[in-house]
Amino acid sequence: MTRKDVRKGLWVSFFVLPGLTIVAVVILLPLFMSLFNSLFSWNQLIRTDFVGLGNFKRVFFTEPYKTRFLNALGNNLTWFLVTMCVQNALGLLFGYLLSRKIPGHEFYKRVIFIPVLFSIVAVGFLWGLYLKPNGLLNGFFKLIGRPDLLKAWLGDESLATFSIIAVNIWRWVGFPSLVFLAAIDNVPTDCLEAAYLDGARESTVFGRIVLPLIVPSITVIAVLTIIGSLNVFEPIYTMTGLDGSPNFSTDTIGTLFYRTAFGSVDSGSPEIGIGSAIGVIIYALTFVASIFSIAALGKKEVEL
Amino acid sequence: MTTDFRLRGSSPWRKAAIVLAEIVFSLYSLIIFYPLVNMILSSFKSTREIFQTPFALPSALDFTNYVTVWVKKGFGRYFFNSLWITATSMVFVLLFGSMAAYGVSRYKYKLSTLVYMLFLSGIMLPLKAAIIPLFILMKRVNRVNNPLSVILIFIAMGLPSTVFILSGFMKAIPMDLEYAARIDGCTEWGIYRQIVMPVVAPAVTLVTIYNAVPIWNDFFFPLVFLQSNKWKTLPVGLTSFFGQYSTDWGLLFTGLCIAIVPVLILYLFMAKYFIRGMTAGAIK
Repeated sequence: MTRKDVRKGLWVSFFVLPGLTIVAVVILLPLFMSLFNSLFSWNQLIRTDFVGLGNFKRVFFTEPYKTRFLNALGNNLTWFLVTMCVQNALGLLFGYLLSRKIPGHEFYKRVIFIPVLFSIVAVGFLWGLYLKPNGLLNGFFKLIGRPDLLKAWLGDESLATFSIIAVNIWRWVGFPSLVFLAAIDNVPTDCLEAAYLDGARESTVFGRIVLPLIVPSITVIAVLTIIGSLNVFEPIYTMTGLDGSPNFSTDTIGTLFYRTAFGSVDSGSPEIGIGSAIGVIIYALTFVASIFSIAALGKKEVEL
Repeated sequence: MTTDFRLRGSSPWRKAAIVLAEIVFSLYSLIIFYPLVNMILSSFKSTREIFQTPFALPSALDFTNYVTVWVKKGFGRYFFNSLWITATSMVFVLLFGSMAAYGVSRYKYKLSTLVYMLFLSGIMLPLKAAIIPLFILMKRVNRVNNPLSVILIFIAMGLPSTVFILSGFMKAIPMDLEYAARIDGCTEWGIYRQIVMPVVAPAVTLVTIYNAVPIWNDFFFPLVFLQSNKWKTLPVGLTSFFGQYSTDWGLLFTGLCIAIVPVLILYLFMAKYFIRGMTAGAIK
């Protein structure tokens, strides 16, 4: 190595190391620590015996963890499916309509993005108040003379999760909308013009030209939806509480994870072993689901 | 352009589609605006007024709720905690992030791809799942209930996307510029500081918004690490406030206004930057 190489190495280290150290300590190290911690039994914050996969076995096969975990996982799945089918579909529709420059599109574009900037906590509490039995939404139904629509939006077990998801869609739908809008705006105009001149119908243009060309952004939104659905925490915390009430019907892996890690419900004390196992499961699910959706949608990508 | 949806010169079907779209968007705008308007109006009401006349205007423009919440309930302090914690985190996200982006995009060496991948892995890993090891770590170095813990985590949270976005922009800068500067005796730091950074300044604006908004809004990490009243950030302060005064709806709406309205005002003036910034990671 020459002196010049050493100098270059030192400069590169100088530029890269501060950031890399922080990422390594705060993001990468905890991943391995979680894996390691999940293999031990814990007494509060003290590591005791090596139990192998015992903690994972307990999460999957032993009560009360089994019921809680499967229940929470089911709710995360609901979050994913509803977000994907309603929010992202709505986002695609909004993005498409905005891309067609309908009158007032610049205004609408700015309006639907407003709630994206708000803190989830504030939005959760705000809608929590509106959805109370004596809140604004029921007040509105009373006002228009439809008392049959009065509901305990957050108090009914079969309804609560969907109410929270609806609030989340209110907050977030502007994001996929504008991502799709940007993607559609990037579709070369001559392609579209040519199709229209050939007399192609609106639906054909959308299905055969626009949709295939925006697959990359659909992938991005899908992956973000997966990561988001697996990590839902704040909406539950602010609207139905850490226990996912009523009767755990809104519980998610995020709230369950928090409760086991910081001990507020099932046992009353933190259970680091079980908590770490759930943490590892979150990592694994995120990773597998992201890879899967990237691979699945990657096949459908078209080169122009 | 034939690609636009136009009212004039279109077929009746198209016209109908446009009218339908207008109705959908007007209704949706109402669904966005009304809850916010109601929140602002309610913050001037007493709890009794909110329940009795939920849809009416407040009887008087009364700022006592605001004085109570901002001064007595500590929202002033929560607000400034959020402000300086976000600002400090962002300074380091931008400094270390741009340095790292420079280090991986402007030099050729064997490990550069590996270093880049290490940064990128941070985008895919859910940081919340790391809370147990992070808590044990912070406990060991005695940084629980100390803003440093949260600032460090926020810096780590912002770095991956910053490196990803900025290195993309830096790769596009022609190397000739750098060679010329080097011949003139410019140091490596000088090239970073005086040549590369000014060129990527627009991208720095994007990255700032992309990261500052989630950091300002973040709840999970301050909830775990900042439980003392002295250090609470706005979202955490709002949470304990809702726990304590759950029946005084006038005050609750005031607290929500303090959390939401400043962001709304900022957005009115910089909507374009916010939209471009927030979606920067998802749009190539």
